[in-house]
Amino acid sequence: MLQLAVDRFNADYGAALDERRFEDWPGFFAEDGCYKVQARENFDRGLPLALLAFESQGMMKDRVYGITQTIYHAPYYTRHVVGPARVLGEQGDRVMAQASYAVFRTRPGDTSEVYNVGRYIDEFVRAPDGLKLASRTCVYDSEMVLNSLIYPI
Amino acid sequence: MNAPQALSRWAGPGSSRVPFWAYTDPALYQRELEKIFYGEHWCYVGLEVEIPKVGDYRLSHVGERQVIMVRDRVAPRERDTDPGIRVVENRCAHRGVRFCQQQHGNARSFVCPYHQWTYKLNGELAGLPFKDGVPATGEDGQPCVNGGMPEGFDLKQHGLTRLRVEVLHGLVFATFSDTVEPLRDYLGAEVMPWLDRIFQGRQLQLLGYNRQRIPGNWKLMMENIKDPYHPGLLHTWFVTFGLWRADQKSRMVMDAKGRHAVMISRRNEGGENRTVTQGVTSFKAGMQLNDARILDVVPEPWWTVPDPSRPGESITPTVTMITLFPSLIVQQQVNSLSTRHIVPRGEGEFDFVWTHFGFTEDTPEMTRRRLRQANLFGPAGFVSADDGEVIELSQDGFRQWGQGGETLCELGGTGTEMTEHMVTETLIRSMYAYWRQVMGE
Repeated sequence: MLQLAVDRFNADYGAALDERRFEDWPGFFAEDGCYKVQARENFDRGLPLALLAFESQGMMKDRVYGITQTIYHAPYYTRHVVGPARVLGEQGDRVMAQASYAVFRTRPGDTSEVYNVGRYIDEFVRAPDGLKLASRTCVYDSEMVLNSLIYPI
Repeated sequence: MNAPQALSRWAGPGSSRVPFWAYTDPALYQRELEKIFYGEHWCYVGLEVEIPKVGDYRLSHVGERQVIMVRDRVAPRERDTDPGIRVVENRCAHRGVRFCQQQHGNARSFVCPYHQWTYKLNGELAGLPFKDGVPATGEDGQPCVNGGMPEGFDLKQHGLTRLRVEVLHGLVFATFSDTVEPLRDYLGAEVMPWLDRIFQGRQLQLLGYNRQRIPGNWKLMMENIKDPYHPGLLHTWFVTFGLWRADQKSRMVMDAKGRHAVMISRRNEGGENRTVTQGVTSFKAGMQLNDARILDVVPEPWWTVPDPSRPGESITPTVTMITLFPSLIVQQQVNSLSTRHIVPRGEGEFDFVWTHFGFTEDTPEMTRRRLRQANLFGPAGFVSADDGEVIELSQDGFRQWGQGGETLCELGGTGTEMTEHMVTETLIRSMYAYWRQVMGE
């Protein structure tokens, strides 16, 4: 069942990030897959700026290098809670789906806080080894980023 | 008579040691709001292009006061002298309600939901319900009027707070002050050429917003962009790819009062140069991008301008970082352009609003390039994310020590002069020399 497949994909995706297996993250995408984290105000108004906007697995690998090697930041854990997917359409080998998400942030020695809340707007492609993201846009409601956003959503 | 007692708590001479209380004292912060944000200074509000049509508005802030930037109707004969941009406070003159709750929109007039007091786009009070009372019949059977505002109530005396507004090349500034000098004089002859270089004669195209909340004092953000010492050390991308580092030809410019500044530099090829990369752990000699499109820098014709300080010569910076005291940073970093607006929220926190833009003359390729390079900047940016992080850690450090502590800003000495290199903290010192005057500290 397609919805189950998308839900399982989202669970694996969130687990990879929450378990800090960042090097696995680009592999959830097709090679020329697109990943965006975009404020709702930009998305709703058709303004193109995003917080993060990558157009290939290569750019995502460069981000992983950035978050593990080059960007200085106070460390934190994330916890992704992803709601059930809504499968909104199928076209050939493509699947359109959306799901609500909440990401919590916990800094060592501190309380947990609501970090980023929004929805995934996804286009999957069916590949021999399962679903891959042709594009994932994380449209977030949170009007303010709590200082910085380092890890993918 | 005794001489008046000095009020200053600032013990040291000059401005190279900034006391921690300058960042952590809530009472001092309240005085900063009055003297700086609501005093004789011009504050950035937004871009003209954000409100293109009559009635378009958006919310913004001057200090902690929320204001509405709106495009008003302008009579044809006044169009040459009046750009039609108004800035009014978002606070009803009746009972103080912050009445406008939409971040942006289009309005014919503003109406407070509480008692429907109605204001024109320019902030004048247009009318209010039951101003002249409610007609009724008295106990004697004769017509009478119940209630109403007192006789002589003058609509003109009860409008919204209307700020003075000036528009410079599409940048909108406002002030609560009746006495501050005109905007161009306020910015100063040293800084103006660098604003002209980016904006003059070009129409802006809005690309979008990023917003972050940073738990640090608002001045730390100004300092960060007046500090050329850190970029080639904190930011791997800058030192490794030669976007900004200490072996580059650069210049530190400031206005006559030392409050505004421009950090100007020119990109080099990057890679190893032992004088600036040896021992610098953020320098990654072997670092290469898997997808180089993020750094697909293409020089633009307007980058080259006559050198304001060397008549007859030209200059081609790749980066100009402009700090306009107290609350605006204008960024040109290669092909990425943005305004960054500081909105203070108490002594220990501020919101930082990034508005990215291009020009209407841009090709689709140039627009895409600006958007790709935006990955370097903003709350998640390869180079800017860590600025917010270190500002938070600075505030944490100040808070844990208290009264006696001070920062040390003595790279390049203790003076406040302009320099032709970036191995200096002169711009931070000059801002605090000015701040001491304004604050009487």
